[in-house]
Amino acid sequence: MNAGTNAYVEFEGVHKSYDGETEVVRDLHLSVQEGEFLTLLGPSGSGKTTCLMMLAGFEAPTRGAIRLGGRTIHDVPPRQRDIGMVFQNYALFPHLTVGENLRFPLEVRGMDKAVAAERVRDAMRLVRLEGFEARRPGELSGGQQQRVAIARALVFEPRLVLMDEPLGALDRRLREEMQFEIRRIQRTLGVTVIYVTHDQQEAMVMSDRVAVFNRGRIEQVAAPEVLYEEPERPFVATFIGDNNLLRGEVVDVDGDYCQVDIGEHTITAFLVSPRAVGDTVVLAVRPERIGLADEPGTYGNEFVVPISDVIFLGDHLLVRATMGEQGDFVVKIPNIVGHGAVLPGDRVRIGWTATDCRALVPDED
Amino acid sequence: MKAVSPGSRGPTLRALGLTLPLVAFIGVTFLAPLAAMLVRSVYDPVVADALPETLQALAPWDGEGVPSEAAFAALASELVAASDARTVGQVATRLNRVESGLRSVVTRTARRLRNAEINPDATTPWRDAVVSVADAWEDAGTWRAIRRAGERVTPRHYLNALDLDQGAHDEIVRQPEDLRIYVPLLVRTLVVSTSITVLCLLLGYPVAYLIAHAAPTRANLLLLLVLVPFWTSLLVRTTAWIVLLQSRGVVNDLLVTAGVIEDEQRLQMIYNMTGTIVAMTHVLLPFMVLPLYAVMRTIPSLHMSAAASLGASFGQAFRRVYWPQTLPGVGAGSLLVFILAIGYYITPALVGGRTGQLISNMIAYHMQQSLNWGLAAALGGILLACVVGLYLLYDRLVGVERMRLG
Repeated sequence: MNAGTNAYVEFEGVHKSYDGETEVVRDLHLSVQEGEFLTLLGPSGSGKTTCLMMLAGFEAPTRGAIRLGGRTIHDVPPRQRDIGMVFQNYALFPHLTVGENLRFPLEVRGMDKAVAAERVRDAMRLVRLEGFEARRPGELSGGQQQRVAIARALVFEPRLVLMDEPLGALDRRLREEMQFEIRRIQRTLGVTVIYVTHDQQEAMVMSDRVAVFNRGRIEQVAAPEVLYEEPERPFVATFIGDNNLLRGEVVDVDGDYCQVDIGEHTITAFLVSPRAVGDTVVLAVRPERIGLADEPGTYGNEFVVPISDVIFLGDHLLVRATMGEQGDFVVKIPNIVGHGAVLPGDRVRIGWTATDCRALVPDED
Repeated sequence: MKAVSPGSRGPTLRALGLTLPLVAFIGVTFLAPLAAMLVRSVYDPVVADALPETLQALAPWDGEGVPSEAAFAALASELVAASDARTVGQVATRLNRVESGLRSVVTRTARRLRNAEINPDATTPWRDAVVSVADAWEDAGTWRAIRRAGERVTPRHYLNALDLDQGAHDEIVRQPEDLRIYVPLLVRTLVVSTSITVLCLLLGYPVAYLIAHAAPTRANLLLLLVLVPFWTSLLVRTTAWIVLLQSRGVVNDLLVTAGVIEDEQRLQMIYNMTGTIVAMTHVLLPFMVLPLYAVMRTIPSLHMSAAASLGASFGQAFRRVYWPQTLPGVGAGSLLVFILAIGYYITPALVGGRTGQLISNMIAYHMQQSLNWGLAAALGGILLACVVGLYLLYDRLVGVERMRLG
């Protein structure tokens, strides 16, 4: 797919700085397809909310272009952008009833009363809150308020909806329920959603694609499973799921694979991007891809390591091993070996295949 | 089983006990004077105490012609007694308020009686002796005035305060047009207070908005600027306005220098209503800004962004989303400013001149100059009724429980 020709939302070389010195968003390139659910994922202060605010029109980019439906929107004020927005704290108007909150965007558009009432009813049905029109937001639970906020952002039928950590204030159970709910609504309407969160699980559950933000830049944009299986940067490798990182130097390159010296051992790893002998790389190995090797030669990479700690977690054991100077190293073993199979102080043989070990270009400091 | 253990009542009682000094203080310094004032506005025993027998003798009189000889005799002896007790001046003042001109008649008659200059004998009854001092004693109006002034509980002060009077047969009539002063003054006070409230709202609302939604350090500085005048002596502030606004003052000088007005056309901005309104608006502005600020601070600025994202223009967002949420503050601030304004005394007294006086200045006049405390109390009572009425109205419209004062 060629970005720029049929992208619905497009950021091109966007920079944003509040004080003229530190850039909160740096050289951002991102395109979103129509009907896509894209999540901007990153730690707080990584620039994801700023991107959302620039798209909504509450912030202006310092440099670069933002296009919506092929048109640059810098000169369009927020109220004319026709973008639905769900805010972190819902931003429901407390002095208006739920029905009046939903009618608000229709009224300011001068919509006919009967049509507006029909729209409000549809939106309430969509978020499963029929019969709550006459209540005030303060009389609703957090989850219900969230549904109202979503309904209000959808009721005027925008083609694009932005959501800024909408589930942050909810407890875990409700959050999971709402994740499915938001996904269902988005699929039903086919609306484009750009969703901001710092919760990687939330991003995995809902998104078609996830853009991982770090310090104002996008580290990687990909489908959730690709981000997990094929991270391209150490930051992505650790931010999405758990990963063991080992720093080392490339001593040999052989096609897609390379030999990396990590001090005590030499490891065979998959080369994500071309590196030369002598370059520093970061190796990423998922804890669950590491196994106990009963027989030597089960895996491509094998080591005998001392166990420092074992934590029993029901369906699996979390084993902490020491990998020389590299420090702690976590191995996740499915609980088929049984409790007590591995004990602290034991020396065991562990290993992984070369394809499960990815050699990444280190993050710049 | 009782949930409250016996020991837990002690601390509550002790806490209540600690509030006793304040309760006593309020009782002595606020409730008692208030009650005394309200009593004084309807209760005046001076004449009744000084002339009991005269009043008794007047009881059967039909109010036409001249009363009986007994009334004249009683009056003569009681006026002498009042002279000896040095209360005749008070009696004369009270009678004069009911029927003007009676002060000199009463004091003169009392003096002559006391000095035994007029002495009835068998041929001249008391009546002729008294009438010989002043013809007024032959007038039925004089005696009606004595009878009316002799009522201990009287609506007289309230009627006076409302520019009303009692006619010959106790019917209530309006004062002649040229004597009506209190109602026009009360109306003027209400109009001026309303104008000041509106001005304070117009000036204070943007300031409160600015403070409520500024960054914390800037907000503190702005709040300080609002509060500094609050901490300055009222007298100093008012005098500063005199310096600024007088005809040789800073503002006029600037206007003349800038060529906006000629030297001979200097504006009269003080010692009139303009001065009162300008100075009072300035003095009362913090009372509007602070409640507004307290309410606005609780309104997330996100609401305006949300309204914009929903397609509302700034005007629509303000009208539908922001303004309604500030209503408790608008109500509280307006109520506060209005109530303070209708009872305001010092500023109009200093910068109001002749035309910028308000009802409170009239109350002060009756307290300090004319010493007609009954009328002063009645005017105060009417003012109090206005405030209570306004409060009830506010409660009806907005609800007092929604009021936030800061």
